[in-house]
Amino acid sequence: MRNDELETPYQIMDPAGKLLGNIPEGLSNQKLLEWYRLMWEIRGFSNKTVALQRQGRSTTWGPLNGQEATAIGMGAVLQPQDWLVGSYRDTGAYITKGYPMAALFYYTRGFSIAPELIGPDRNCLPYQIVLATQTLHGVGIAMASRIKKENAVTMIGVGDGASSEGDFNEALNFAGVFKAPAVIVLVNNGWAISTPRSHQSAARYLMDRAVGFGMPGILVDGNDVLACYSVMKEAVERARHGEGPTLIEAITYRHGAHTTADDPTRYRDAKEVEYWMHRDPTLRLKNYLIEQGVWSEEKDKQLLEDVEKYVNEQADIAYNHPTPGPDGMFNNVFEKLTPRMLKQREELRRELNLEAEVK
Amino acid sequence: MTLTATKLTIIEALNQAMATEMERDERIVILGEDIGKNGGVFRVTDGLQARFGETRVFDTPLAESGIIGTSVGMAINGLRPIAEIQFAGFMFVAMNQLVSQAARIRSRSAGMYHCPMVIRAPYGGGVRTPEMHSDSMEGVFLQTPGLKVVLPSSPYDAKGLLISAIEDPDPVIFLENIKLYRSFKQEVPPERYTIPLGQAATIQEGSDITVITYGAMVPVCQQAARKVQEEGGASIEIIDLRTIWPMDEEAIIRSVTKTGRAIVVHEAPMAGGVSSEVVSIINDNCLYSLLKPVARVTGYDTPFPSPGLEDNYIPTVSRVVKALRQTLED
Repeated sequence: MRNDELETPYQIMDPAGKLLGNIPEGLSNQKLLEWYRLMWEIRGFSNKTVALQRQGRSTTWGPLNGQEATAIGMGAVLQPQDWLVGSYRDTGAYITKGYPMAALFYYTRGFSIAPELIGPDRNCLPYQIVLATQTLHGVGIAMASRIKKENAVTMIGVGDGASSEGDFNEALNFAGVFKAPAVIVLVNNGWAISTPRSHQSAARYLMDRAVGFGMPGILVDGNDVLACYSVMKEAVERARHGEGPTLIEAITYRHGAHTTADDPTRYRDAKEVEYWMHRDPTLRLKNYLIEQGVWSEEKDKQLLEDVEKYVNEQADIAYNHPTPGPDGMFNNVFEKLTPRMLKQREELRRELNLEAEVK
Repeated sequence: MTLTATKLTIIEALNQAMATEMERDERIVILGEDIGKNGGVFRVTDGLQARFGETRVFDTPLAESGIIGTSVGMAINGLRPIAEIQFAGFMFVAMNQLVSQAARIRSRSAGMYHCPMVIRAPYGGGVRTPEMHSDSMEGVFLQTPGLKVVLPSSPYDAKGLLISAIEDPDPVIFLENIKLYRSFKQEVPPERYTIPLGQAATIQEGSDITVITYGAMVPVCQQAARKVQEEGGASIEIIDLRTIWPMDEEAIIRSVTKTGRAIVVHEAPMAGGVSSEVVSIINDNCLYSLLKPVARVTGYDTPFPSPGLEDNYIPTVSRVVKALRQTLED
């Protein structure tokens, strides 16, 4: 990413934490302090999952460090009846919408989600693994809200790499044609594993595609939580008032590897990483809060300790939660299992007893 | 509407099934390419937009993955979409949405969300459609856990099975044979009725040999059976599977245990498909009743050919007759 490209995205707060515009309406310092903690909770969740993976206790994991401001914007602009449909690196938005961290840990532990850990339905689809497919589900959900005349908006998260998929383009097209009450946030972190943004599209910006689908395209500094909140809020309101979908491209950066199975030093320049570390979304909000006199290094230290404790507690909940049982793959394939599947489940149960006997 | 049965084609029966269900359940929406004013390229949705409005019956952009993917979202959010894919051969571009998404949302969400949707698509050859319009792809769906696959062979079944598919809480692929669409009419009661998914029909009882088939091959097998019966007096049982997943194993086992001989007939390629599955079921359950190896009459393991060669690909009455004779020999 060249420096001059960053001068165009909408910003309210510069990387040093200086205000360039007005704080969006309704945001108190109290709210910003909450968000600051939330940023660390999200990052803490990601770091903890990496640690668990290194211990062989979690599945392969895609860290999201660096993308917290975009995530908070996506989650914070939603009301309880709104839907959130994201990919694997959008979990920060899920946490922001109220999706319990323990439920996310349970999934990374290696099981499909546990509804009882999620509690009341948060209208969050299980985050998506196959690139861009969720964009169509999100648009479909939004189309249904419109058909049912419900006052719900769907927030859709998708990455820069996924924007090259057919489904992403079909989703924008359907959203435009059917005026779906949806907001599509294209989280552009610059890299799709090792493929740089420049190899995804020759377009100036990925949000330029919005024109071709008949909707507004907005470019925002994805590391500026105020700017993210502001543009996403406006887009959600537009959708809620029947004015159709918006594509928002949030320019951010993935501090770490694509996943725990990846080594980004093979393809990324250390200088580039260094450049983005200075634009860390937590740093900029922290500087602002200190400037406002509501935060200090001491409080910061305490916060990080508190967050670590909280994250560990959430992980403990997930890791102490009952597993679906060794024949769990038969659960929920259909509402009613077919006779063949019932037979196969019995076979597996007998197999497992046999294994136990042999041991 | 009179309450006496009227003679309908499969197309008319399907149309009636959708109208009946849309009347009862306002969650049902129909979407697809050219399905609105035009009523679909085969007219299966004829008149439904005029009757139920453009909000519930709507044309989509020409994008099959988009049709299936947004249907998944609509189903998750409480609607019951019936998506038409113009020709089954066009479903390949939507395979990810079908296989990884529609078929798995219930299991990957541990039952929090499910996907009650029907994907209707015309399939099969024999009417000189252009290339890529004639594939029988049910074998692919047989290998897709989480999908149900229905292939009706008559107007009566088409209506009852489609209503069951619409009612079903899980995704159903409903494959409609193009050649059968208008090939004959049958009495179809105007009132609502259902035929359970996963239940085969014994359309002809017999004691010497079992023919297991479905879809467009049902009338072909009936003709072949008639010929063989006339020439030698063999008593032939014909089973129409109607649903290939779940497959009615009981019906197959019961019949083959009784007759000791069987042939399996379908238009789709032979490898790894429905006939392979049926032969395995027979092998697992009826081996000691078998008097002869089970024969298969299917399409070849080639791409579905251009229209000029399709008659040589699709199983014919003669091929079925030959298989029947050989399997009936002592």
